[in-house]
Amino acid sequence: MSNNTGTTEKTAPGIGPVEGASLYDVDNPAPLIEAPRKRTRKTPKSTRGNFEMYGWLFMRLSGVVLVVLVLGHLLIQLVLDGGVSKIGFAFVAGRWASPFWQVWDLLMLWLAMLHGANGLRTVINDYAERADTRLWLKGLLYTATVFTILLGTLVIFTFDPNIR
Amino acid sequence: MATPTLDKADAAGTAEPGFADSPYITATFRIRRFNPENSAEAVWEDFQLEIDPKERVLDALHKIKWDLDGTLTFRRSCAHGICGSDAMRINGKNRLACKTLIKDINPAKPITVEPIKGLTVLKDLVVDMEPFFQAYRDVMPFLVTKETNEPTRERLQSAEDRERFDDTTKCILCAACTSSCPVFWNDGQYFGPAAIVNAHRFIFDSRDDAGEQRLEILNDKDGVWRCRTTFNCTDACPRGIEVTKAIQEVKRALITRRF
Repeated sequence: MSNNTGTTEKTAPGIGPVEGASLYDVDNPAPLIEAPRKRTRKTPKSTRGNFEMYGWLFMRLSGVVLVVLVLGHLLIQLVLDGGVSKIGFAFVAGRWASPFWQVWDLLMLWLAMLHGANGLRTVINDYAERADTRLWLKGLLYTATVFTILLGTLVIFTFDPNIR
Repeated sequence: MATPTLDKADAAGTAEPGFADSPYITATFRIRRFNPENSAEAVWEDFQLEIDPKERVLDALHKIKWDLDGTLTFRRSCAHGICGSDAMRINGKNRLACKTLIKDINPAKPITVEPIKGLTVLKDLVVDMEPFFQAYRDVMPFLVTKETNEPTRERLQSAEDRERFDDTTKCILCAACTSSCPVFWNDGQYFGPAAIVNAHRFIFDSRDDAGEQRLEILNDKDGVWRCRTTFNCTDACPRGIEVTKAIQEVKRALITRRF
């Protein structure tokens, strides 16, 4: 007596024709669902550059510097000396009178924007499967990054406290 | 380690329920079936069988194939954790069916068995391994030496030098790590953990002379820098290789080479 084989119970409808004839048979199999961007003998093309390595290093180094810059920035802007209520045109003008804070803010702007842009670039590379989608998303990303960096830099350098 | 094992102390202390009369329990195996000759859709199919929980998932698959449904398709060769043919996603984790005991994966609930992810499913649990092996071939997984003459004596190596890459020699190319990697799921162009592990095995081998060349290959856009240190590969490896650590060591070698 064999007691080690049980009965099969198909709770899900088994594969095969459910109603009428199946669309597919041995000579005419269904299309396979290909894995995204499969590696083949010809792809990927060798890039032979250090860009990705420098990108990776930059993320780590800028991250460490940003911890200091951003936490310091938050502390000054939001906690010390009466917190948010003190922030006004005069406060910003006062800080940007000193080159130290100009450099601080400039560095924070550049590092944060490049760090964030590189992070998003990685996310797009990881998640956008179609080449067109990647291209458009990255184009949008780079445009926004360049615009913000240039505008911010311009403001820091051309800031006029006596503006009317 | 991917395959959990029962502590010896636990096993000695508690008898398994119903052990005295019969070792068999009823377990449900929920298997992802796909047959392109019948349907374009993959479906879950449940099989109930009475089985000794101390048996392996592979034994259950054999019982299903031999006694219940001969059309169930899966790969296995040695059935003892060496050939690396039967990596599959069992209860949502990549494991070798031949190294996973049923009692270790809670047979009270249906046990799901799926093909590994990120590779094209050909039928049921069988996937197209070609992209995986292409990545493996691309890292030159063989000894390369500068000398052109045939060696007249064996290449000696100190125990320390051998120890340097010992962990990565254990790889059986089952693809459990690569197909557990979220970067690989979305972009098959990434080398994947298995290829990097096998590059590591030669990069850090003192007898090999092409380490520089392999590092250059892995420095590419789709090389080690795409690793997000998710540790899925280390969790999935049925041989207990510290895969993520090996990848990080390759990254470190690339950086120290430059600076």
